[in-house]
Amino acid sequence: MPAKEKLKRKQSISAVRPSKTNIRRRDDDNGIEVGEGADEWTQTRTLLKPPDQLDLTDAELKEEITRILTANNPHAPQNIVRYSFKERAYKQTTVVEQVAVHFSLCGNLIFRDSDEGRRQSIRKSMADGKGIQEFWIKVVKETNNIITKKVKKNPEMCLLGLFRRRISAAAPEEEEEQIRPRPVQERKLTNQFNFSERASQTFNNTVRVGVPLGWWEIYDAYMEELEKLEKSKEKEKQKAPVTKKEDLIRGRKLTSLESEGDDITKMAKAAKIMERMVNQNIFDDIAQDFKYYEDTSDEYRDNMGTLLPLWKFQYEKAKRLAVTALCWNPKYKDLFIVGHGSYDFMKQSRGMLLLYTLKNPSFPEYIFNSESGIMCLDIHVDRPYLIVAGFYDGNVAIYNLKKPVDSQPGYKSSAKSGKHSDPVWQVKWQKNDMDNNLNFFSVSSDGRIVSWTLVKNELVHTDIIKLLVEGTTLEGPEGLQLNTIGCGTSFDFHKKIDYLFLVGTEEGKIYKCSKSYSTQFLDIFHAHHMAVDAVSWNPFHGKVFISCSSDWTVKIWDHTIKTPMFIYDLNSAVGDVAWAPYSSTVFAAVTTDGRAHVFDLSINKYEPICNQPVVAKKRNKITHIQFNAIYPIIIIGDERGHVTCLKLSPNLRKMPKEKKGQEVQKGPEVEIAKLDKLLNLVREPVKIKAES
Amino acid sequence: MAEVEETLKRIQSQKGVQGIIVVNSEGIPIKSTVDNSTTMQYAGLMHNLIMKARGTVRDIDPQNDLTFLRIRSKKNEIMVAPDKDYFLIVIQNPTE
Repeated sequence: MPAKEKLKRKQSISAVRPSKTNIRRRDDDNGIEVGEGADEWTQTRTLLKPPDQLDLTDAELKEEITRILTANNPHAPQNIVRYSFKERAYKQTTVVEQVAVHFSLCGNLIFRDSDEGRRQSIRKSMADGKGIQEFWIKVVKETNNIITKKVKKNPEMCLLGLFRRRISAAAPEEEEEQIRPRPVQERKLTNQFNFSERASQTFNNTVRVGVPLGWWEIYDAYMEELEKLEKSKEKEKQKAPVTKKEDLIRGRKLTSLESEGDDITKMAKAAKIMERMVNQNIFDDIAQDFKYYEDTSDEYRDNMGTLLPLWKFQYEKAKRLAVTALCWNPKYKDLFIVGHGSYDFMKQSRGMLLLYTLKNPSFPEYIFNSESGIMCLDIHVDRPYLIVAGFYDGNVAIYNLKKPVDSQPGYKSSAKSGKHSDPVWQVKWQKNDMDNNLNFFSVSSDGRIVSWTLVKNELVHTDIIKLLVEGTTLEGPEGLQLNTIGCGTSFDFHKKIDYLFLVGTEEGKIYKCSKSYSTQFLDIFHAHHMAVDAVSWNPFHGKVFISCSSDWTVKIWDHTIKTPMFIYDLNSAVGDVAWAPYSSTVFAAVTTDGRAHVFDLSINKYEPICNQPVVAKKRNKITHIQFNAIYPIIIIGDERGHVTCLKLSPNLRKMPKEKKGQEVQKGPEVEIAKLDKLLNLVREPVKIKAES
Repeated sequence: MAEVEETLKRIQSQKGVQGIIVVNSEGIPIKSTVDNSTTMQYAGLMHNLIMKARGTVRDIDPQNDLTFLRIRSKKNEIMVAPDKDYFLIVIQNPTE
């Protein structure tokens, strides 16, 4: 039995081996030698017959030996016992290894396509690297040939000959250099065990993604650091821990509020700039006119000038409110304030205070609403954010542009604190008093002139003068003294002499007063037959002032002389008059028929050099006029709430002509002299009259 | 808040204004009056440009800063007002 088994096994092996080779062949030659394989089969069969094989008879060969193939290993032991600690006895194990190895062989054949096979083939080819050497020698030779040919053709290229020699000399070296490092490189194989993946490697020269660092970022970082330092210092200074806590809480609250409130609020400034720019684009032509247009036709107009309308300012909510006051900001030359109210006794309603800038004609910069109509305004010269306003109900108030609270004034007078009982017709800031408190004056038709002082957030009033009309002479037939009160409608303070001021009244009189005498007037001018709408000192000449009235006239006075120097009849009630800031002889007046009149006394003493309707609609009355301090423009307010900006043509702002060889004189002295010269013409006959 | 909203509304109602886009410092549009794709395009491109322009101005003088940028083109004008955290972009056709 064992012998037979062996034979059978061997047969099976022999049957397996050729088939293996067969498969290999097939892989290589794609089954061409199939027939040959069949031959091999028979060959191996004969070869593998060992000499000690038993010769069996046919009968023995034919005998059937039944074998049942099982998965069990017949040689595996079946009686293995192991000591079981659990039961403290030897126990037979049922699990026995059933695998039987019949044959195993370690070969040294490698597939040509496998990695190892490829590597070996490369190593082999490198060993005989002579092929490359040959190639390089060939290249050098060819270049030599080309160069020599060229040299023959052109003897000037013999320099190249030198070059050629250098090349041929260098060539063998180059060959070696080229060849040597290559096998070294190839031999260097990746170490599979010490290999780190690219993704896990760090960069050696990392490039910063994003914007490259600029100087300003460094600067900002330093500034931040500086701020932190300062803050920490401040914190150290704050000793009281209680206040600290409060601050912290407040800080937290603030930050939380800020983060909650939508971020767009921070854009207020950007939005404002943007609005102005959009407006600049829309009103581009007007802006160009404002800056550059000079009416060339003025040359042929014989000293007459024109007014060029520029922007028109209006606000929807102030449409039906008359412009009652106009005032340029002394610091920001493009900013002006407009007071809205009503001059009609029967149609009193609310008031409005608007601030416009020339940069944005479509919408006011600031808006303040008031219950009563605003009648007058003034801006502080040194503090251009403080506006004082007088109301129709007799109150006065100060608006602070820095702290606008719900469009309400910062300080306001009340019935208790001595407000006027009639409309306040004019207010004016004064120089700070002895204690450096802010103070201003107001005039009202109740006849009082009041000085208001801002002491510790409170308005304190002092009556300066009462406009008493001495009734004894006229109205006291039976010894009764009837003190009728003069209704002040306007006033103006002298530019140089601090105490001196003028008051115009509804009766048409002008009082020259001093702040220090509360009972007496320095002088009384019987100026007009109707209410004096405006009085104004000349900005250059200390003695001259101008007045206008509803009796259609504008009068120019010397305050030392009781009679007017010049009288102009403008054929309509004059609403306002203003001196030009650039010349002592130029002034402008507006009349209720919608016309503006500009005079230059040095050019024409009798007629205006410009007389022009400036509001379109017929029933619209002009109420106020103001010159800009530096630009050649005026603003005119009308009864329907519009403010029009107009440009003065060159003739209206003519300066004395330049003479050759003479320097152009400028300055206040020149302006005073200019006006004096004119006044002297008028004064002399008066003096002569007085003498005679 | 309301004030800025009102200002934006006024700008939108002005003559020739085609659109307003508010972009935050990351270049993400927060508010816009034009369609989505245009907004995204403007926001992305203008953000890059503004950052570059601001960098240029501040590199020359770190105490200086960019306050406004206007680009006049054949068809319209693109105006950008950069604030600390936001840019306001307005597209206006000034000849309309």
